[in-house]
This record gives sequence, C-alpha cells and structure tokens, in this order.
Amino acid sequence: MEIVNYFKAKTIEEAYEKLQEDKANLIIGGGAWLRLSSKTVETAIDLEHVGLNQIKETKDTIEIDAYVTLREVEKNETLKNLFSGIVSKGVNGIMGVALRNLVTVGGSIAGKYSFSDFITPLLAVNTEVVMYKAGKMPLEDFLKLRSREKDIILKIIIKKEEMLGYYYKMKKTGLDFAVVNVGITNQDGHYKIIVGARPSLATFAVKAMEFINNQKEVTEKVMEETAKIAGEELKFGTNSKAGKEYRTELAKVYIRRGLKEVTK
Amino acid sequence: MRINIEVNGNLKTYDVAPDDYLLDTLRADNIFSIKRGCETSSCGVCTVLMDGKAVQSCTILSVKAEGHKITTIEGHQKEAKKLSEHFGHQGADQCGYCNSALALTVHAMKDEIKEPTNEDIKEYLVGNLCRCTGYEAQHRAIKLCLEDDE
Repeated sequence: MEIVNYFKAKTIEEAYEKLQEDKANLIIGGGAWLRLSSKTVETAIDLEHVGLNQIKETKDTIEIDAYVTLREVEKNETLKNLFSGIVSKGVNGIMGVALRNLVTVGGSIAGKYSFSDFITPLLAVNTEVVMYKAGKMPLEDFLKLRSREKDIILKIIIKKEEMLGYYYKMKKTGLDFAVVNVGITNQDGHYKIIVGARPSLATFAVKAMEFINNQKEVTEKVMEETAKIAGEELKFGTNSKAGKEYRTELAKVYIRRGLKEVTK
Repeated sequence: MRINIEVNGNLKTYDVAPDDYLLDTLRADNIFSIKRGCETSSCGVCTVLMDGKAVQSCTILSVKAEGHKITTIEGHQKEAKKLSEHFGHQGADQCGYCNSALALTVHAMKDEIKEPTNEDIKEYLVGNLCRCTGYEAQHRAIKLCLEDDE
C-alpha cells in the first residue's frame, strides 16, 4: 500500500471530517496488513490520540474500543473465562505476540478479512459494532454493509452471556492463516455455527443451525447431519492454501467435533 | 515527514515517508542489529521494543513510532550478554540471525509475565523463528536465564 499523507487525528470529529475529504482517505488501524494491499491511500488517518483505547466492563457487557490491540483482548481475564474462552483462543492463534501488539480491534473488523480469526468467534457470541455515524448494529449486519458512506468504528460490545463455546483454526503451519476456521456456541440449547476462511468471510451455517435448533435431543447422529447440512449449504472455494473439497470436508469434521464439545 | 522517536534513550529525528516502515528507518540509521527477514510479519527477526512491548519493525510504520520509546538490542546490552552466555552453554546459537530479536522478546515477556511457565515461554516466543536450533536449546537457555533473575 502506498500512503501519500499521514494524519494523526486528535478527536473523532476531526478524523471523520478528514475521512470524508477524499475517497482515497482511509482510517488506519494497527497497519498490520498494509502489505497485503497494493492500493494508494491519499491520507491515512491515525486514531492513536482520539481516546479509543480502553476495555470497559459493565454488569452485562464488555466494551472494547477500536484502538485496543488484539494482545490486550487476548489478555483480558473476563474474556478468557467467557464462552469457554473462544474469543481469546481465536486471537491467540494470530501470528506472534509482536504482531498482536500492533493489530487493533477496529482494523481487524473494518477490514472484513476473510481469513480473520477474530470475526469468527465474535460472530459466535453476541457482538455489536458501534459506528460514529451509523450507530450500533449487530456484527453480522456490519459485515453485510455495502454502504459507500465512510464511517469510523468506535468500539465493539460483547454481551456477557453464559454459553459453551468452541473455536478451531485449521492451519498448515504455526503462523499461517486459517485454511478454515469454525466457531460454535451453545446457549441453553440454542446453537450458533460459524465457518470462516472458506476462503471467503465468516458466515453462519443458517440451515444447519435451523436443523439442530429444532431437534428435541442433540445426538451424535444429529451432529453428523448438522455438519453435513453445513457442508452442503456453505460456499467453499479453492485458493493457494487449500481446495474447495478439502475445505468442505474439514469444516464438516470440525463442526461435528465442535458440536460434541459444546453439547454436555 | 519529520518525526521524533526516542531510540535506546536518545532522542532522534528522522525524515520519513508516510509509508516507510520502522525497520527501514532504523537500519538507515545504522542500527543493523534489527534484521530484515520475511517482511510479512511472520519470522520475528525484526522485533524491537516499543514502550517495552515487542513489535515487528517490518510491520509498523515509522510514523506510528513517533513519540514512543524504541529499544533495540543496543539498549539492552547487559541483559543480552547474560542471555547469550546461556545460549552459548546450551548450544542454542548457530548463525545468530534471530538472537537480537529473541533476546528482546524474552525481555518483553519478563516484563509482562511474572514467573512464566514452559507453556508461557513457548507461546510468547512462537513468533520468533529460528532455522538453526530446533528451539529446545533456546528454551533451556531462556529458562536458565530466568532462573538467574529469581
């Protein structure tokens, strides 16, 4: 990525105004994946000094500002103990500590990276994204946004809820991107199944979820059938990391294992 | 752009482009202990400390380091000497290309985790690749170095 100008905003208002000035202006998070892009940015807008670097807890939620690093998320004790620790687990699998000290929450979400190990577990729990202008919306809605209006992510809000969670990242080598990743939660018998790195962006296995959530009892046979439905309904693809068929089979295996783990 | 960075306790002023990486800025300043490796945030040989935290200098833009304290191995000579002695005794050293970054990461780990377990050490150092040693000898050396501090 080529950057022509760099602007360190002092307030969100200032950052927003600068963002609207030129189509080629961009909010820069930690800047970790700049090398993945070949586009030219007119002005990169840095949010380091706008005060978006706190993790706040309320009785029912945990609010993580956009400029908080993934390392801080990973170390958060509350998240380690919520949802079987799947959010921390997802973050922990992203490269090394020295990279996670740079990568920000806002950048990880705004980029809608298909290989994300952060978005998949966040979808499996109850997460909302708070934007400067557009306000609050569920993460799944944010991921579907195709709006041309440029906005700024202020924070994410995760609901503290009792649920069992499973997250697995299948990767070829220790520091590689996911070949496929699977996030599953079970909240009082209500299951959520998310598959990411297909290689496209993480998404819900809607039909599989509908099937399992309508069963009176979740047996091994039901789990098997759920995984099969997910394998059929989700679109998998081929890239340099893996083929479509391989990804499909992997996803089915990890969905089955995940369902077993969260069904107790 | 003109930026100010405190490097190993000295205030430095650099003229950089907005998309210059810290690795290039520091190496242009003759700080060659920071190695150029994969440049894809994977190998860790470019690691420096920013305000005491390990960061990859091939990944962070120089402008993002403005106003922060950057430490390279030149700023940690005493500790590096101690660790390198253990490395020598344990046979944890061959080409030495990854050593500076590894020593800085160990330093950051000590600051962040009190009494790290074997698992903590492995997890913390996962981003520092070494193509020579197979990590076992390094792990022993780091453990002994940590025990010295107790």
